[in-house]
Amino acid sequence: MSKRRPNYLAGFGSLIWLFLVGLPLYVMLVATLQSRADYAANGPLSFPENLTFDNYIKDFNSGFGQYFLNTAIVTVCVVGIVVLLVPPLSYAIVRSRSRLTNTVFRLFLLGLAIPSQAVIVPMFFVMSEAGLYDNLIGVVLPTAAFAMPVCALILSGVMRDITPELYEAMTVDGASPRRVFFQLVLPLSRSGLSTIVVFSALQAWNGFLFPLVLTQSAGTKVITMGLYDFQTEHGVDIPGMLAAVVLSMLPILLVYLFARRALVQGLMGVGGK
Amino acid sequence: MTTRSGTGVSRPGFVWAAPAAVFFGLFALLPLVLVVVLSFAEWNGLSSPRFSGLGNWQRLFDDPVMLKSLWLSVLLTVLGVVVQSPLSILLGVWAAGHQRNRAVLSAIYFVPLLLSAAAVSVLWRAVLDPNFGVPAHAEWLVGDGNLFGTQSSAIGVLAFVSAWQFTPLHTLIHQGAARAVPQVLYQAAQIDGAGKVRQFFHITLPQLRNSIITSMILMVVGGLTTFDTVLILTQGGPGTDTTISAYYMYQKAFKNFDYGTASAIGVLLVLVATVISLIVVRLSGYDRMRSTMEGL
Repeated sequence: MSKRRPNYLAGFGSLIWLFLVGLPLYVMLVATLQSRADYAANGPLSFPENLTFDNYIKDFNSGFGQYFLNTAIVTVCVVGIVVLLVPPLSYAIVRSRSRLTNTVFRLFLLGLAIPSQAVIVPMFFVMSEAGLYDNLIGVVLPTAAFAMPVCALILSGVMRDITPELYEAMTVDGASPRRVFFQLVLPLSRSGLSTIVVFSALQAWNGFLFPLVLTQSAGTKVITMGLYDFQTEHGVDIPGMLAAVVLSMLPILLVYLFARRALVQGLMGVGGK
Repeated sequence: MTTRSGTGVSRPGFVWAAPAAVFFGLFALLPLVLVVVLSFAEWNGLSSPRFSGLGNWQRLFDDPVMLKSLWLSVLLTVLGVVVQSPLSILLGVWAAGHQRNRAVLSAIYFVPLLLSAAAVSVLWRAVLDPNFGVPAHAEWLVGDGNLFGTQSSAIGVLAFVSAWQFTPLHTLIHQGAARAVPQVLYQAAQIDGAGKVRQFFHITLPQLRNSIITSMILMVVGGLTTFDTVLILTQGGPGTDTTISAYYMYQKAFKNFDYGTASAIGVLLVLVATVISLIVVRLSGYDRMRSTMEGL
């Protein structure tokens, strides 16, 4: 029972990292709470004297309300598609003995290695041909497809942990694969389900590349596009720009506060991509 | 729909996988096939694509900017691994402790992960702005304050921002792995009189082998395909000094409307990413990678 000596060196290192992480976040928050003139006069490091929320209000009224809505639509649709398609897929991956299913699983594993950057040209081609260019559906479809391999991997991992005895017990009662799926597999993989919901929602909310090459007009702009345009068009309005950054991360911060565990696991999934 | 094995267990058939397979095939695999096809074609986005054999590839390998972009991609990737690996291993092992202050600090450390790459880049672009950002008030540290003006400082900014954004992710990976190291090993080492440093190098590091492999793969694939950061922070500049391959592909396609050549770069990216992933799977084994994930 030796008492642990505090590790001063590690503690010091972690404080340096805290400074590096905290400094830009501090600059961001402080800048958004003052007017452009005050920010230019005071510099990024000082604390504002006249607090104001004008930057947020201005951003929200200059299109970010619409971008928020668009992003929310994309996110809900992507999560919907993933939640509809991936659980049956994972169930088949774990339980099916069909060779075709095995092949499908291998294709999804291959999909893990496809960087989405590599397919933006053909994606542009396909969506233009399909008449879905500059349409939110055109953003939803590839975003969902590229979230699927990680989700399938996560969920089939969880489903694999369900013991064979439980399956056998249900089958003795004469349960069909369908009943097994709804009454045994789904209830027991709730943790995996919440992880894939969070993962796919993050992918959709933070998605940049597909909206960049597949949309154009203000009506289909998502938040990340709004940030990018803000930077290219009004890059000198730093308080306004940073307020937009804060707005873009608010929903995720809320999830972080209330569902930290599911979010962290979803983030691990981001690593899988 | 139902197949029955000897024990009478009813199993789902391929039908259950079919909808997802079709969807994934249409919107991920088909574009992948098309990018290969387009890499052998000339296409300006207006007329229909025209077969041109190896023309795109020929031009690509004669293009000095392309070769430079490959070199820059590799440089940024190596920088990423060199900076982020040691940092994330140390932070991960530190964060694996159960002390309360560590939990609170860790919660702050993970905030960069919540931001989109676009948000991170816009944030740093603002913080490092030559006229209104921090450098303008810290001449003693950064000279004339324009960190985007020379190649070396621009690359430094890109490497730093990537590290800022992704170190938390790798920290998370190592934290999970470090928590899974059996405590018995440390107790045994303490009885043998091994100090903290020796414990780290002889127990913790070897035990983190799988998580280190996983995170390195992610760094390499992520580094090679870095795009958003470059687009927002440097636009590939000054000149073409930070034009890495993924960004060059975007330029070729959506600025020069040379979709064929862009596709060839895309194929190159897929090839490199796949080869690296295969090497990693070979080195580590898929099963063991999965068990690393489960420890989290």
